[in-house]
Parts: sequence; C-alpha cells; structure tokens
Amino acid sequence: MSKHKHFMALAAAAALVAGCAGGGGNVAGTPSAAELDALTQQIIQADFHDKGIVKVSEAFRDDETIRACNAADVAGKPLDAAATKRIEAANMQTIKWPANGKYLGDWKEGEKIAQSGRGMTWTDQAGAANGGNCYNCHQIDKKEISFGTIGPSLYNYGKLRGVKDPSSPAAQEMVKYTWGKIWNSKAYNACSNMPRAGHMGILNEKQVADIVALLLDPKSPVNQ
Amino acid sequence: MRMSPTLFALLGTAALAAPALAQEKTSIQAIEEYREMLQDGNPADLFDAKGEELWKKPRGPKSASLEKCDLGKGPGVVKGAFVELPRYFKDTNKVQDLESRLLTCMSTLQGIDPKEVIKGQWGRGERANTTALATWIAGQSKGMRFNLPQSTAQERTMYEVGKRLFFQRGGAHDFACASCHGEEGKRIRLQDLPLLTKAPGDGIGFAAWPAYRVSNGQMWSMQHRLNDCYRQQRFPEPDFVSDVTVALGVYLGVNAKGNKSTAPTIKR
Repeated sequence: MSKHKHFMALAAAAALVAGCAGGGGNVAGTPSAAELDALTQQIIQADFHDKGIVKVSEAFRDDETIRACNAADVAGKPLDAAATKRIEAANMQTIKWPANGKYLGDWKEGEKIAQSGRGMTWTDQAGAANGGNCYNCHQIDKKEISFGTIGPSLYNYGKLRGVKDPSSPAAQEMVKYTWGKIWNSKAYNACSNMPRAGHMGILNEKQVADIVALLLDPKSPVNQ
Repeated sequence: MRMSPTLFALLGTAALAAPALAQEKTSIQAIEEYREMLQDGNPADLFDAKGEELWKKPRGPKSASLEKCDLGKGPGVVKGAFVELPRYFKDTNKVQDLESRLLTCMSTLQGIDPKEVIKGQWGRGERANTTALATWIAGQSKGMRFNLPQSTAQERTMYEVGKRLFFQRGGAHDFACASCHGEEGKRIRLQDLPLLTKAPGDGIGFAAWPAYRVSNGQMWSMQHRLNDCYRQQRFPEPDFVSDVTVALGVYLGVNAKGNKSTAPTIKR
C-alpha cells in the first residue's frame, strides 16, 4: 500500500478524533458509528498489502452479504428477516449445479479434501489444490479425534437424514441441499461462518461432488 | 494445523488408551500435560535476557540506550507498562502498542530507521530485536492485570475501529477474527479457541503473548500473532505496527481487562 494512502487514513483518523473530541459525537469524544465504519475501511485499505497470491482488492471487494453481516455483528444484533431473505436468495442464485447431473463423487477423495486445511493463504502457491478445511470446524468421521467444534457434528450426516440410497428420487432434495450448502453456505444461512467453497473458488465441481459423497454415500465412514 | 511429533505421540497414546466417548477429554488432558512439560525451561528466557541487554546497551547512529524510553508510565519506567498498552501518546499523537512505541524510541533516542523494522522480516535484524525487547518488557509486568486506558478520544476511537476489524469478514473464506474467537468453548481441530469479545481468563488470548512457539522455534510477539491470524484467515498481510494491528490490540487488550499477564509464555 502506498505511503500516501496510509498518510491519508491517518490524517482522516486525526481529523475525526479532533472533530469529535469537543463532544460532538454520540458518546462524548467518540465519532459516530458511520464515521467509525468509514474510518475502519480507510485504515483497512491503507494498512494491508498484497502478499503472495492474496490481493487486497479481492480480499476486501464489496460484497453485500459480507457488508450486511459485518454490520449486524458490530451492532450485536442479528440480521433482520427481510435482509436475511434477500441475501439468502441472492446467494442461492450463485449456486452452480453439477453440469453432468452427477452430485456424488468419490467419498475417499472427499475424506482427503475434508482433512486438508491448505490453500489460499499468502504462503500457498497459486494453482495448488485447496483443501476443504472441513475437520477444522466439524466432526465428520468418528475415527478422527482431531476435529473442531465451530460447526455442528456431521457424523452420520446422511444416515440421520434418512438417505439410504443417494440415487433414489426420495433422496434428491437432501442431495441437492448438501451440494448447495457446500457450494454457497450463505444461500441457506445468510451470515453462516462457513466458507462459500464453490462460489469463492475454493473447491471445484469435482471436489464438491467428492465432499457430497463423503457426507451422503452409505459406504462412507460418515454413515457407519 | 501442524502438530509436533511429541504432541502426536501423546495424542496417539491417549486415543489408544481411551474408550471412544472419553477420547476428546483425554486428548485435551494430554495436551495440557504436554504444555506443563514445556513449562520447565521456557526458551523465552533467552529472548528475555537479550531484550534486557538491548534496552540497556548504547546502540544505533546516536549510540544511546533505550533507558529514557517512555512506554506510557514515564521515561525509563518498564514495570507495569505492558499491561497498559496499547495507549495514547501525546508526543506522537498516536495510539501505540508496545512494538510501535519501541520503534518510536529506537528512532528518536537511537536514530534507528523504523523502516528497517517495518520492511523487515520476522526473526531477523532489528525486527528480531524489537521482539526480544517486547519479551523482556512484557516479562516485567508478569502477574499484573491488564488495565488499558480508555480516557482519550483517540483510545476510544481505536477500540471502536478494533471492534469493527474483529468482525470484518473477508478473503476467499469469508473469515473474520470472530469466526474463531466469537463464541465460548469452541476449538479448531484440537486447539481450544478463547472468546476474545470479553476477558477470556488469566494468561489466555491477549494475555498470553509474547510467547515462545515450540512448533517453529520462534519467539512470537503480539504483532507476529496477529500477522499469522490474518494469514490463516486468508487475508492480505497487515503492515507491521500499522493502525490495523494496533486497533485490534486496543480492542483485545481493553476486553482483557482484569486478566493477569503471564507473558512470556510457551505455546505449541
């Protein structure tokens, strides 16, 4: 980031602070929420620099989902119902369904992807296969004790949802939901902590199919 | 999520010995035992000694020591300074954390160019020196409770900016600091995650750094810790001692009010 920009942000910060030190803001000596939002964005633009494969312009590009969810978190209030509905619908529109109609890939490959937390940091190489980061947050296979708890347990995911044969018509709704959730989690829960794996290009179509198989294939260790 | 071979071995033993339901608990206990084993002989001591020497030794183009450096409690006062940082400094008209303040002192007292540190690399040259200095200075407040001032508009503004940064989703994975540290009792893989929107406890979260990282054999300051958090979030890199890192430090530090500092600690 250029020195000039950095200086501008600092000058803006100083101006805000000076302007409100006299007691003009909501809380004595504090800028308004909108001024603080603007100041934060200026500081972000000034203080981060591109590194490796990670670019500032991409990391902080404008995204209505992100903007609305961040604001809700800062305010400490959940997103209102109308905004939630709108954001979920917009994300639903981005889901790319499998071109060949094949939702289920190879669960063994899916397990490898679920184990890997690699990819898309500034120490990763461009073009290297990304992991799904799944075990970082979810229990999946009961044999793996090193799993996170940020997301719900996915052990017996298919079994608990009554999926006996993923190719049967009865299972189609759950198969589609699982694909969609991995492709773009925000289509089902606007401010979900879960990455939008397909939508953001973390996982490709084949990898998403492999994860769907891990979760729904009756032979997968998930459903034992 | 790399783990040391020792930790793997311990986990392996725990897994074999325990029935399925008790596995989680047992593996956490195993990690606790591992941490206890590490407590004897923390290599942070070496950085602590180096830091004290660097504080007292005349260095830089001006051949001066840092003994007149004002860390917020008056020139040369080190004890208790760490648990009140970041704070506002009149002379720079900035809110500064320990490391950005050290850069000011190194520049004004010793004539060392801050760019050397800002553009430098972890564990090298003057940046390694600031880490050693931070280790010693933090250690001088060991056992004291965090009590960051919020008496100026600048400090309160930085807290509010830090809060917004904490909840800022971004990057390919939409992660924010809050994705991992926004709820009680969560973990990534087997690593417990402190809730950082409130005081997480003595020596946890903000109150645990600087720390010696066994997994990569380096002394990590808070600046280094935040840098790696951002890397793992798939964010771009924050500039060293930039407002982003200082504002986050204010948010985390103010939230940690009342927690005891245990730095320098030892971490996996």
